[in-house]
Amino acid sequence: MRTIRFSRKQLCIPYALFLFCFVVLPLAVIVYYAFTDGSGHFTLANLISFFTNGNTIGTLCYSIVTAAAVTAVCLVIAYPTAYVLARSGLKRGPVLLMLFILPMWINFTLRITALKEILTVIEGNLSLHPFLNTVIAMTYDFLPFMILPLYTTLLELDESLLEAARDLGAGEAEVFLRVTLPLSMPGVVSGITMTFLPAMTNYVILDMMYNSTYIMGSLIGSYFNIYDWNNGSMISLILFGLICLVSWVTGRGGANDAENRGAIL
Amino acid sequence: MMKKILSHTWLVLVALFMYVPVLILAFYSFTKSTAIGAVRGFSLQNYVTLFTMEELRDMIVGTLALAVGAAVIASVLGTLGAVGAFYSRPSTRAALETANRIPVVNADVVTAFSICIMLIIVFGIDKDTFVPLVIGHSVLCTPFVYLAVMPKLKQMDNGLYEAALDLGATPFQALRKVVIPQIIPGIVSGFMLSITLSLDDYFISTYTKPATFDTISTYVVNATRGSQTEIKTALWALSTVIFVIVILAVMIMNAASDGPGKKQEVSAHDGRK
Repeated sequence: MRTIRFSRKQLCIPYALFLFCFVVLPLAVIVYYAFTDGSGHFTLANLISFFTNGNTIGTLCYSIVTAAAVTAVCLVIAYPTAYVLARSGLKRGPVLLMLFILPMWINFTLRITALKEILTVIEGNLSLHPFLNTVIAMTYDFLPFMILPLYTTLLELDESLLEAARDLGAGEAEVFLRVTLPLSMPGVVSGITMTFLPAMTNYVILDMMYNSTYIMGSLIGSYFNIYDWNNGSMISLILFGLICLVSWVTGRGGANDAENRGAIL
Repeated sequence: MMKKILSHTWLVLVALFMYVPVLILAFYSFTKSTAIGAVRGFSLQNYVTLFTMEELRDMIVGTLALAVGAAVIASVLGTLGAVGAFYSRPSTRAALETANRIPVVNADVVTAFSICIMLIIVFGIDKDTFVPLVIGHSVLCTPFVYLAVMPKLKQMDNGLYEAALDLGATPFQALRKVVIPQIIPGIVSGFMLSITLSLDDYFISTYTKPATFDTISTYVVNATRGSQTEIKTALWALSTVIFVIVILAVMIMNAASDGPGKKQEVSAHDGRK
């Protein structure tokens, strides 16, 4: 008399199937579409046209420059903020931190609407300064995602290492540059990936700000709108490749992903 | 002292940058103004519109229902997945973790596009069935539940499960009465995170939703292209309502974690390092 044995391992079967069907298979489908033409024949034309078309290459370069600028501005604003919150012995540090990451839970389209209204009053026509407004809007949106990982690493920094550096004769600037900054690099890297990749792809922010966009994400949107699945898939695949490359280079373990998105309980 | 003043000024400036737009909008949502700049007297008209106009109400209720539905699916799948993976062979677990990371690191627009192509173009599933939308949001949320639950499993005392078995519990009972209670904080955290991810999503929704259905994000984006001032100012009210709800939620969570549970959480955190 053997009944089916319940094993704890088997619990992962539904999720494994789910991941296979809705994460792995869709990727396989876009690989297929990326390397075929409209009638299903194998072709490299989509790949070649991506690298020979001035429009797509221009978009790629523009979005890299934009994303780099957004990331740099976020980092410059977020680092001192996280540093003060985590390391200056504020009594209500954790509560204050909430103040700075709370906006990430407000729908981003509503926040961008708010920003747009204000900037329109200040600047008038937003499309006159597309680059500037892109950087402002994306910084506004992504700042909490940069502050949070920086705060987490700076908070866990071992105070005794800083004391040791001071005892050994380092000045405040030297302590910061040679101890604090290197030790907070994991947070910096985490923050950069949390802002750089969205800044290359979140085209709807620009869409809302001034009705036209020139970043990688918007290419997918425009191919999608004209039912060009093959070229759309190729762009998706190239973006996915870029993302894999970035996460491989930064070697992010992924352990903090949930925390970086604001999982705090 | 100088340093303190400087650093506090900096915090205030950054906070102003983050909050001034939302607060100005909140202020104007209580007036008759249709544009920022000219104050035209107090009015609750925007709030009346927000809660009475059918189109807006349907959109809000739909967004919330989708978020809760996706979060429930994600919590069940992600928890089962994490528990199963935790007890599986390292190679199985590594494969699951790799697949689990794909939607996390991938750009939402790529995830959305790939799901849309597969379900709607290849398999021909009708968008109007809501199936692609719900699957899409589940793909977005489930990996985060998995990531929230896994650390709790690692902190768990494994002896308790064995003890339950020795005392005569079936594996299922032991799981339900011993393992699940220990990982509940992770599940709750994952559930809440799923809600916020789903509410904040634009790309998955726009690529997989039925044409007549709108989430808050897709609705707002369409409204910014339109010129209906009544809807535009009602959305200011919506933004204010959400802002207040988020503040209240954070305050409640803060109060809850300041209670007796706090100490336990801190020691668990230290144990992980």
